[in-house]
Amino acid sequence: MADVNAKGVLTAPIFQNNPIALQILGICSALAVTTSMSVSLVMALAVIFVTSLSNLFVSLIRNHIPSAIRIIVQMTIIASLVIVVDQILKAYAYEMSKQLSVFVGLIITNCIVMGRAEGFAMSNTPGMSFLDGIGNGLGYGFVLMVVGFFRELLGAGSVFGFTVLPTVQDGGWYIGNGLLLLPPSAFFIIGLLIWVLRSINPEQVEENEFKMKENTKPKEAV
Amino acid sequence: MAQGNNSIKKILIVAFSLCIVCSVIVSTAAVALRPTQQLNQELDRKTNILNVAKLYEPGMDVEEAFNEQITGRVVELETGEYTDKYDADEYDGFEASRDPATGRTLSGDRDIAGLSRVENYSTVYLVGDPDSPEQIVLPIRGQGLWGRMRGFLSVEGDGNTIVSITYYEHSETPGLGAEVNNPRWQAQWEGKKIYDDEGDLSPEIHLTKGGASSEYEVDALSGATLTSNGVTNMLQFWLSEEGFGPYLARFRENAEPDDAEDTDTNFNDVEGA
Repeated sequence: MADVNAKGVLTAPIFQNNPIALQILGICSALAVTTSMSVSLVMALAVIFVTSLSNLFVSLIRNHIPSAIRIIVQMTIIASLVIVVDQILKAYAYEMSKQLSVFVGLIITNCIVMGRAEGFAMSNTPGMSFLDGIGNGLGYGFVLMVVGFFRELLGAGSVFGFTVLPTVQDGGWYIGNGLLLLPPSAFFIIGLLIWVLRSINPEQVEENEFKMKENTKPKEAV
Repeated sequence: MAQGNNSIKKILIVAFSLCIVCSVIVSTAAVALRPTQQLNQELDRKTNILNVAKLYEPGMDVEEAFNEQITGRVVELETGEYTDKYDADEYDGFEASRDPATGRTLSGDRDIAGLSRVENYSTVYLVGDPDSPEQIVLPIRGQGLWGRMRGFLSVEGDGNTIVSITYYEHSETPGLGAEVNNPRWQAQWEGKKIYDDEGDLSPEIHLTKGGASSEYEVDALSGATLTSNGVTNMLQFWLSEEGFGPYLARFRENAEPDDAEDTDTNFNDVEGA
């Protein structure tokens, strides 16, 4: 992170350095909460809130964090913020918190939050760290919304709960694709999304770590 | 970074002050938001009860409608009698089932709904006049495919005719098992009968594949066999003598004389017992 400017830290994580698509972090919750767009949106907002504030607080006290316990200190800050988010959701968005159930609590274990606290906030100023948190939260949210859009549209025939393709169950014509409502489908969509992003930005394509030797004769395989 | 950051004294100071600050923030949030959260839970429960009784309309004042039309009573499951030992607004049957003093363990083949423990007293909600209710709303719970399902079943005042069923807590597969809350599926339940004319406490109602053909059958959820089995099992359990069977029998006894006159006289002999 040689040059750190406000615009860069805020927008880079959305496309160029997306935490899910490039760094392949936070996949677990992306599989779980993307069955509908409204749930994805709330989850994205919760993650933006936690990442930005945890970055801010970690950065504020970064010169006083003993390196021996820095991970624990970061964890404690993140965990406290997550509990606060969970409590707020239960109080003001009860229906939503029922749907998100354990996944709000599991933001604590989301690698993006921890990764940004350790990788960015520990060595940057509070303002920048805060923006970086928002940026990475937005990057996470962007993927969530894309995945949520396809899963909800093709799985349940609606977008944000509004019916677009009336399903057979509700007397329409569209037969919902059940697979898209199950977590594995998010793998496919995230995989395709990574493909698209890397086709647009070829520099994101990783070099092969090793090349497999061609295995031409059956004898060699033994 | 300062050199002295890794001294034991500094580590202790940082760890201790961080813990204090974080615990204050967390407990403040928890305590400050608790009343709102409890209100939400109450409201959610009442909305569900109104919903299953088909009294709910979007935008209505749930609190007012609930207080006006619905009375909660605590019932002793074994005898089916009301009790005043507990306050219906406070009593939590699920909580009570886990306490050895107020619940019992279900063993093996009696535990068809996968509950493992059941309470001795349970709350029922009566719609209309509590002495001869229009509807009786019963809490039900049991194992689905992925986890416990909790919901309400509403039965007409005759203790036999189903009005509706709804689940307020479940983790079934979206689009398949989670269709238990699809209004079109729920609508099928209206008018179904729980018990046959034999007068025993074994419920007949069940889900069936390939089209319901009698008044004791409801179409199973397509693509969700295990959820459907779970729903059948929990109804079979909660409406049997282990659950609300004895309680509902009281209403059936009251209702039966009328029915007997209405139906074909040939049936009188059968039902006479």
